[in-house]
Amino acid sequence: MKLDLMTDLYVFMLAAFIGFEVIRRISPLLHTPLMSLTNALDAIAVVGAILLVGAHKSTLSTVLGTIAIVAATSNVVGGFLITDRMLKMFKSSRPQKP
Amino acid sequence: MNWMHVPQYIIELTYLAATALFILSLKLMSAPTTARHGVWAGEIGMVLAIAGTLLNHGIVDYKWIAIALVLGSIIGVPLGMVQMTAVPQRTALSHAFGALCVTLVGTSEFYLRGTEVSRFTLSVLCMEVILGSLTFTGSLMAAGKLQEVLPQRPITFKGQNIVNLSVLAVAVGLAAYVVIHPGHPHVFLFIVGIPLLFGVLMIVPIGGADMPTVIYLLNSYAGLSAAAMGFVLDSKLLIVAGALDGASGFILSLNMSKAMNRSFTNVLFGAFGQEQTTSAGAQEIRNVRSATAEEAAAILSAASKVVIVPGYGLAVAQAQHKVRELYDALTKRGVDVKFGIHPVAGRMPGHMNVLLAEADIPYDKLLDLDEINGDFPQTDVALVIGANDVTNPAARSDPGSPIYGMPILDVDKARAVMVIKRGMSPGFAGIDNPLYYLDQTLMLFGDAKAFVGAIVRELAGGAQD
Repeated sequence: MKLDLMTDLYVFMLAAFIGFEVIRRISPLLHTPLMSLTNALDAIAVVGAILLVGAHKSTLSTVLGTIAIVAATSNVVGGFLITDRMLKMFKSSRPQKP
Repeated sequence: MNWMHVPQYIIELTYLAATALFILSLKLMSAPTTARHGVWAGEIGMVLAIAGTLLNHGIVDYKWIAIALVLGSIIGVPLGMVQMTAVPQRTALSHAFGALCVTLVGTSEFYLRGTEVSRFTLSVLCMEVILGSLTFTGSLMAAGKLQEVLPQRPITFKGQNIVNLSVLAVAVGLAAYVVIHPGHPHVFLFIVGIPLLFGVLMIVPIGGADMPTVIYLLNSYAGLSAAAMGFVLDSKLLIVAGALDGASGFILSLNMSKAMNRSFTNVLFGAFGQEQTTSAGAQEIRNVRSATAEEAAAILSAASKVVIVPGYGLAVAQAQHKVRELYDALTKRGVDVKFGIHPVAGRMPGHMNVLLAEADIPYDKLLDLDEINGDFPQTDVALVIGANDVTNPAARSDPGSPIYGMPILDVDKARAVMVIKRGMSPGFAGIDNPLYYLDQTLMLFGDAKAFVGAIVRELAGGAQD
């Protein structure tokens, strides 16, 4: 149990460093789509909600979990959709006429 | 109910693959040419993780999961199809949804196994719920302010910070009590409820101009609460996703504060733009020079290098497509046209770039503050459309100015400056702009869309002569 916890802390620390390094390199040009993308990725919390509802331990947990799945799924679908719509609009002038 | 017996390690492997794909997804976002692949990587990761979860042995009933997944998708589609000008409030709303999910799962976990888990897990659970619920109401408030259903001006009262922090302290104190003496289900309700109140109080004193920083901060909170949920559920996938989101929100809000020369504490507790009495008495009426669309068109067509500085006023007037026409007309005449975009232009960071990209302006013409500022001394005309404070030279020269020290676009170094503006009213932050009284500045009074349209017509007419 204690070891699991330490592993989790290491994972968190490493992921935070990776996040800093990767995101620092993203140009301000794409900061708005970046935020909608991380929002969609963050909705991976839906996994926890699915396990909660699926286990069907109590009425309360099923009701709250179902609402949680709805909220997170709408973020997944909406987040990926709008990120792609935004990125589709970014075009370079180079492939066109000089 | 389980019709398939999938070994646990297969499920864990889908999580591992999803984690890798999420990191790859953000990595691909670093360049506009690969960014869409990043979205696909994220989508594949998400589908893998959800599919893996659905195969889990612990799931005995699929009915509600299926209903919720379908319902969530139905709600998600219109949220993904909003207008580009509405992206900031949509983003705030989705932070609220993410936080809601985390809070509800955390609350259920507490009532299911709050007495069984370790003290550490219980304290992380409390952190998850506190961060989640304050992000939920805080993001709803932010969305309301951005959508302008709530007043944009900061609402302040005496002792506000003390009241707000006390409210948060009570929630943290109760959380500590529950951790030390487990088994108080009623106290937990307050640990969920009080941060809901704090989330509202936190956003009330924050004005519209500070919203970009706050959105990123809320993004960071949403990420951290998801990471906390990962600790509670011992899900490394969630920890990584939450840490990535938390890190991105944190870096970007730091960037934003830097772009406005404000500290975090100042943004959160400062209530910008409420007292603007300094030097108002000393203000004599100064002359500005104004020009017509015809004159502006003549100056622009004689220039060889033009930098357009857009602000949110451009988006409000829906002028981005007219600006595109202007860009085309000038480029056709051999004028080098670039766009100088301040990090806080628009309602959220990068928003202006999205709006201009929507109008088909190539992204390699959209330059950041650091990239464009060196160009202004060689620029013939700087055309400011709907931007104000980010061009205010007082930020460089006047230590008494509230925005002193904020990095600005040095449009005053251009040979000529033209400013399209409705009137002489001060901008969002309520600060007078000395740029307008400079000798090389011409004011073009009018609606951004109509005025740019008039310039385009003049340019077209001139071509036929």
